[in-house]
Amino acid sequence: MSDLSYLYQEILLEHNSKPRNFRVLDGHTVSVEGYNPLCGDQYTLYLTMQEDTIDDISFQGAGCAISKASTSMLTERVKGKTKQEAVDVFNEFHSMITKPGSDVDYDLLEDLETLSGISEYPTRIKCAILSWHALREALDGASESVSTE
Amino acid sequence: MSTGFNVLETRKDFPILSQTINGKPLVYLDNAATSQKPQRVIDSLSNYYQTINSNVHRGVHTLSQLATDDYESARSKVKSFIHADVDQEIIFTRGTTEAINLVAHSYGEHNIGSGDEVIISAMEHHSNIVPWQLLCQRNNATLRVIPINDDGELEIGAFDRLLTDRTKLVAVVHQSNALGTVNPIKSLVSMAHDKGVPVLVDAAQSVPHMSVNVQDIGCDFLAFSGHKLYGPTGIGVLYGKAGILEDMSPYQSGGEMIKSVTFEKTIFNVLPHKFEAGTPDIAGAIGLGSAIDYVKEIGIDVINSYEKELLDYGTAMLKNIDGLRIIGNASDKGAILSFTLGEIHPHDIGTILDSEGIAIRTGHHCAQPVMDRYGIPATARASLAFYNTKEEIDTLVQGIDKVMEVFS
Repeated sequence: MSDLSYLYQEILLEHNSKPRNFRVLDGHTVSVEGYNPLCGDQYTLYLTMQEDTIDDISFQGAGCAISKASTSMLTERVKGKTKQEAVDVFNEFHSMITKPGSDVDYDLLEDLETLSGISEYPTRIKCAILSWHALREALDGASESVSTE
Repeated sequence: MSTGFNVLETRKDFPILSQTINGKPLVYLDNAATSQKPQRVIDSLSNYYQTINSNVHRGVHTLSQLATDDYESARSKVKSFIHADVDQEIIFTRGTTEAINLVAHSYGEHNIGSGDEVIISAMEHHSNIVPWQLLCQRNNATLRVIPINDDGELEIGAFDRLLTDRTKLVAVVHQSNALGTVNPIKSLVSMAHDKGVPVLVDAAQSVPHMSVNVQDIGCDFLAFSGHKLYGPTGIGVLYGKAGILEDMSPYQSGGEMIKSVTFEKTIFNVLPHKFEAGTPDIAGAIGLGSAIDYVKEIGIDVINSYEKELLDYGTAMLKNIDGLRIIGNASDKGAILSFTLGEIHPHDIGTILDSEGIAIRTGHHCAQPVMDRYGIPATARASLAFYNTKEEIDTLVQGIDKVMEVFS
């Protein structure tokens, strides 16, 4: 197991204590809930889609530091991106977290790379990936609750 | 120790405790989830498979007789451990959950109908909620819930008001897994019996830690699991009063539970076999019997008083920590310390403690209504056993300091 400080990096703790885009988005066109029944982590993503582009995105909810920071960073990373660009980021992030050692385009992930240490904590992978699955559902047009369980 | 109990010697009986986790000595504080097993229980399993493995109640050959003897002797050990009247009142199940489901089906289906009510409490484990919820849905009955106060104690007055002519069963936990609360089970049973209502006791958390006497309590059913009683997983017990069990229909059907079968008709076997369809967990039952022998040698009252000392010490230590809130402060409490720590999520607490070799449970502990009652999503829970030490509690406190350091 890697060093704890590699998991709880400063940027993660900072996003946890001061989450970005942490509000209900007025005039959102899509909202999707991500819920992990195992630990109770629960977030709602709000998206304002402008045709194929995520014009704005925000979230609300509660959970552990990893899930909250991951969601906060998600909103920063995909805001203003097209659906396809967001899906590309999702795929890279998913690979980084769930397939350690795989070939990942870290340039595309930007700050999200700092979450790579989570891949060494199998019990916490679901925390990191929860809102990303919700995003995927939102982009696919679903609006139901998604679960990582 | 004032009890004369030597914890360091006792720890040597548990091989798992001497290992390191993440480079640190294991501090196992997740005993409410499952307990560790002494060497003698582990040996009893391999000994069974190495020397007498065969099916029970079937063969005329020697091994079958030896296996049957040991399996039935385990039943007798359970009977005397919980002070049941006769062996026939001890049904082996997979665990507490299956025992409760057995009652919900075999008793519930025939005795709880439209307009009837089942009373549970607000501190139940999901396994003592969901079977009753589903039964009520199937039979158009209503589930009633005894509320708890801020300290995590049952509101007895509310229970009294909930008991009516419509009440057909009370299913209540002896010791809460999430809060540690020990309920005044004998008086709850007495109140229910005054209204002619039978009571099932979920004793999963109490039987491993305190003397439980079903005849003194007076309950009609009592369920517990072997794996929390320092025995193997996959084996548990339903105690039921013989007269009630006699009248109940089988739960599962097949071999073992029959006396005779034709295509026209099946005659069921006698108690307890009527409720033990199929080949049972023979090794598990024998292992449970061995665990009971072990507990009896130490003394369940010795275990109880030592754990009480640990709880008092742990409570005092945790109360010194700024921002730490203990969830569950009942005046009668088992050795369970459920807590929250400021805004830090229990899962983060659990991961950081794990890096220090400390195993605790984090989450809702299969008791979501309890979490809702306190308006929290989860707690961190240290649950103690007689092989834990005050030094391990000190290690926990240092671990919590580290958690706060990471999140400072």
